[in-house]
Amino acid sequence: MNGVPLDHALVLASILFTLGLAGLMIRRNMVFVLMSLEIMLNAAGLAFIAGGTAWGQPEGQAMFLLVITLAAAEASVGLALLIQLNQRFKTLDTDAVSRMRG
Amino acid sequence: MTLVGLIVIPFLGGLLCWLAERRGDRLPRWIALGTMALELLLTLGVWLSHDFSLPSPGGEASTWAMEWRVPWIPRFGIEVHLALDGLSLVLIALTGFLGMLAVLCSWREIVRRVGFFHLNLLWILGGVVGVFLAIDLFLFFFFWEMMLVPMYFLIALWGHSGSEGRTRIRAATKFFIYTQASGLLMLVSILGLVFAHHAATGEYSFSYDALRDVTLSEPVAMWLMLGFFIAFAVKLPVVPLHGWLPDAHAQAPTAGSVDLAGILLKTAAYGMLRFALPFFPEASQAFAPVAMALGVVGIFYGAVLACGQNDIKRLVAYTSISHMGFVLIGIYAGTSLALQGVVMLMVAHAFSAAGLFILSGQLYERLHTRDMREMGGLWGRAGGLSGFTLCFVAASLGLPGTANFLGEFMVLFGSFSVAPWTVVIASGGLVLAAVYSLLLMQRVHFGPPKDSAPLADLDGREYGMLLGLLALVLLFGLYPQPLLDTTGAAMSEVQRLFGNTELLDATLTWEAS
Amino acid sequence: MSFLLPLTFLLPLAGTLLLSLSRGRLGERASAAIGTASVGLSALATAALIAGYLEAPERQVVTLWTWVSVGDFQPTLGLALDGLSLTLLGVITGVGLLIHLFAAWYMRGESGITRFYAYMNLFVFSMVLLVLGDNLLLLFLGWEGVGLCSYLLIGYYYRTAANGWAAFKAFIVTRVGDVFLAIGLFLLFRELGTLNIAQLLERAPQLWAEGAPTVELAALLLLGGALGKSAQLPLHTWLADAMAGPTPVSALIHAATMVTAGVYLIARMHELFLLAPDVLLLTGVIGALTLLAAGFAALAQTDIKRVLAYSTMSQIGYMFLALGAGAFDAAIFHLMTHAFFKALLFLSAGAVIVSCHHEQDMRRLGGLWRKLPLAYAGFVVGGAALAALPLVTAGFYSKDEILWQALAAGHGGLLVAGLVGAFLTSIYTLRLIIKTFHGEAKSDNARHAEAGQGLAHGVPLIVLMVLSTFLGAWLTPPLAGVLPDPHEGSAGWHTALEIVASLVALGGLALAAWLFLRRRKWLAEQTSQGWGARLWRWWHHAWGFDTAYDRGLVRPYWRTVHALRSDRVDGLFGLVAIMVRMTHLGLSWTQTGKLRFYGLSMVGGATLVILVLALVR
Repeated sequence: MNGVPLDHALVLASILFTLGLAGLMIRRNMVFVLMSLEIMLNAAGLAFIAGGTAWGQPEGQAMFLLVITLAAAEASVGLALLIQLNQRFKTLDTDAVSRMRG
Repeated sequence: MTLVGLIVIPFLGGLLCWLAERRGDRLPRWIALGTMALELLLTLGVWLSHDFSLPSPGGEASTWAMEWRVPWIPRFGIEVHLALDGLSLVLIALTGFLGMLAVLCSWREIVRRVGFFHLNLLWILGGVVGVFLAIDLFLFFFFWEMMLVPMYFLIALWGHSGSEGRTRIRAATKFFIYTQASGLLMLVSILGLVFAHHAATGEYSFSYDALRDVTLSEPVAMWLMLGFFIAFAVKLPVVPLHGWLPDAHAQAPTAGSVDLAGILLKTAAYGMLRFALPFFPEASQAFAPVAMALGVVGIFYGAVLACGQNDIKRLVAYTSISHMGFVLIGIYAGTSLALQGVVMLMVAHAFSAAGLFILSGQLYERLHTRDMREMGGLWGRAGGLSGFTLCFVAASLGLPGTANFLGEFMVLFGSFSVAPWTVVIASGGLVLAAVYSLLLMQRVHFGPPKDSAPLADLDGREYGMLLGLLALVLLFGLYPQPLLDTTGAAMSEVQRLFGNTELLDATLTWEAS
Repeated sequence: MSFLLPLTFLLPLAGTLLLSLSRGRLGERASAAIGTASVGLSALATAALIAGYLEAPERQVVTLWTWVSVGDFQPTLGLALDGLSLTLLGVITGVGLLIHLFAAWYMRGESGITRFYAYMNLFVFSMVLLVLGDNLLLLFLGWEGVGLCSYLLIGYYYRTAANGWAAFKAFIVTRVGDVFLAIGLFLLFRELGTLNIAQLLERAPQLWAEGAPTVELAALLLLGGALGKSAQLPLHTWLADAMAGPTPVSALIHAATMVTAGVYLIARMHELFLLAPDVLLLTGVIGALTLLAAGFAALAQTDIKRVLAYSTMSQIGYMFLALGAGAFDAAIFHLMTHAFFKALLFLSAGAVIVSCHHEQDMRRLGGLWRKLPLAYAGFVVGGAALAALPLVTAGFYSKDEILWQALAAGHGGLLVAGLVGAFLTSIYTLRLIIKTFHGEAKSDNARHAEAGQGLAHGVPLIVLMVLSTFLGAWLTPPLAGVLPDPHEGSAGWHTALEIVASLVALGGLALAAWLFLRRRKWLAEQTSQGWGARLWRWWHHAWGFDTAYDRGLVRPYWRTVHALRSDRVDGLFGLVAIMVRMTHLGLSWTQTGKLRFYGLSMVGGATLVILVLALVR
């Protein structure tokens, strides 16, 4: 089991996560926001896989399956919101829907 | 089973009213009236079939006339434990009677969503009956919180918007927040007691008898007692925790005011007598001077503020605060005469305040205002209404012959041996009682009439309600012994639990001298 | 026989209930008939009781039921009849009947006769209970009951706001006294463990030595109650304003019966007061001061009824003086004769007022003696009795007894005050008669006076006239054994005092006749400028007590009310709400509604948590 070292995988996961986070915070277009979310979820998934492989535990892969299903559910809800947003406001800009405040 | 019936009847009746709403407006009213009549009859039946006069000789045996218990959440020792003694019986009978009056006095006043109105009304009453019967503290707390919700709706949905920008929603919210917050304090105290009991015995129990026997260290007892006291003090209400009452009274529909003044305030006094004093006798003794001082403050503060009101219902609301000051003094004086006086005063105040609120409601129906500046000289115009106002005003100022007089004087007589100076100062409140009562008379019924057109005279329903109330005020004012006999055992039990330490001291000092 | 005793108050009560539950269906005549008949029957029952008592003078006790029974606290609804109660009972129902009858004439054509008679009957009911109650709580019931009736009847003409306020004042001022009485009851009950009067008076001497502080305090508190009800200094301010009520009411309540309740109370509790010599002396001093103060005030009134009101205060001052001198029977005797002649004076005043179309200002009356012979006769006879004209009037015998007892008990100061008071009484009485009946008619109302007609008008006046003469003084109250025996003294001194007192009264009359008939202009000049005017104003406002109370008590109270009106304490809790709102404002800027901002804050928060965890570890 002399594959990729755990540190490398974790660094990659961190970079991916940070990229996703940055995209989430910088982009106003909802399509990109959703894509960034996917990237973050997958970064977490990568970290799980790497961890599971490094310690030889199956839970890492089980968690990745969970993350995939979660991501799928999240994507479907997010896309539904996206369509609604597009229909009602004729835009994909998330800042346009800031009417709900405390 | 009778006890369960007493609680369940109003709840079922309320649901029926709601269902009957689509059959028209009359049916829910009659169902509600019938329900409360049934409740009252059932209570009177219990009264006739049980003997309340004799206190248990040993004092250790169960003092309940009726009891009913089944486990509810055994894991925490929570039971559905209902019990009835003379005090609860009297208060439940009062609930039934005032419930009937509340239904009757909203006969014309409420025209929107009649069924839902009666649902709320009856559920309040059901909750109150639950409070009077529950002696498992968890169950007590459950009913205590439960009665607030329908009351909130009653004020918020059917209330009147008051003067000077006071809305009914605001009043309802204020009521809810005050009572809810104080309820939480009580919950904390109850849990504190339960944990103390757990620490001592290793078992969880919310039962009255178990918790009463918990021995607590002095500071703990004081803090827990304060939790109970504040919860009840908000409800009684004790100045300075009274803020919700005038708003709630002024904005509530007549039936709501009648229930509030007549019964809901009494749950607080009941709570003090049933829980706060017996659970924490020493702490209560230590706290008694403060409580009595608060009572005196309440008497004067309520009376002075009553004089300054323009809204007739706010005036009556502040008089309630003043009267409850006497109740507080009586409770913490703790002699059996004072405690019996407290019961008397509670019943009497329920009648007189209900009478005054009903009269205010009837005035409002005729004049469409509660502002006394727009009244005056109604005596010749309002027919019997003025005469009845006079009678209830006389009761409210404690005229001998009315039950209010007996209540106040028994409290004062009973407290004089314990706290003479408190009584002397509190007696000054009698003068102020006369001031605010006659001020109402003067501003509403005397003086030059604003308009010469006669108002509609009282119809049979209104006349009957008022005459009935008045008859009871006079009956209990002149022949109160059946009432006093009924509650005598319960009160001497309270006096025994609360007064033990003090009596012991008294005998010791007496023997030493 | 025992059924008669409850009847004396149940009948008026029945009258009240009948009238008040009629819901306005009874006419004027029916109401008057019911109201008068109930008191008449009650008077009959009283007559039977008196006859029975004279035959066998024994104390009767009838207990209806136990009112309350909690531990030691066991007041009953029990009635006790002895000579003292019987005397009062006779006055209440007898004079009450005459006044009810007169009221049928006086109140003709007024609206709300039913209400009037309901109140009057309720008053008789309460007053009878007051004198019959065998325990202090029941006495207190009657005591407050008469106060309420007084309130209602003063405010009878409710359309004038001032009447309502006068009634208000009357009730509140007497209530202040009542609170003292109530505290006295608390104290007595705590110390003696009972409220039954007979038991109290039996236990008191066993527990307390003469002059013990507790008994002095208890007596002082009872005295406070008596001062309020009987309009004595310093709680006297309500009585003059109470004249706003119909005149028969003033006659019954504010002259003959209710205001003498304080005298009754002290006489009833005399054993207690004898244990408290300081308080007893204080009673006498207050009586003396009141009789002088009210006498001077009566000199400067212009309203017929106000003159009579101050004269009532002054006469009750005599009774208090007698009580203070330990002459309880003299006080009760004067109470009885005063009831006769003062009722007569008030009813005559009522006759004048109605005849002159409700004019009661003396400055606008005059020259009436030919037109209203019966009222004039009433004033002359009643006035003579009030001024204690020697030998022929009832007032002479009772007042003489008081003065003699004061002398015999060695209270020189009280005696002098009594004599000065008698002098003043003569002056203001004659002034009243001259101003009202002699000289020229000073207004149209007086010029067109119409004399009253009918039995209801004539009979009460004539009966009371008879009772106000020496014939009335023959009715000796059967007080032997109930009240302590009067002081003995040498007969020579007594005769001397009688002569002095007669001379004083006659001297006052002479001075008044000279002043008000001969020197009218001079008097008018003196009282309209300089010191004379100031003095006149001062007396007219009865020494300025009203103003002082108004400034010292009433206004500060209303200022407090206005300061607190908006419920400042509740406002304090408003601070909590304000704090919550401030916090809300402080935090709500974070709710931008922008998704990216929320994301950023989440990241920030998470970073913060991680950092904290890392650092803490």
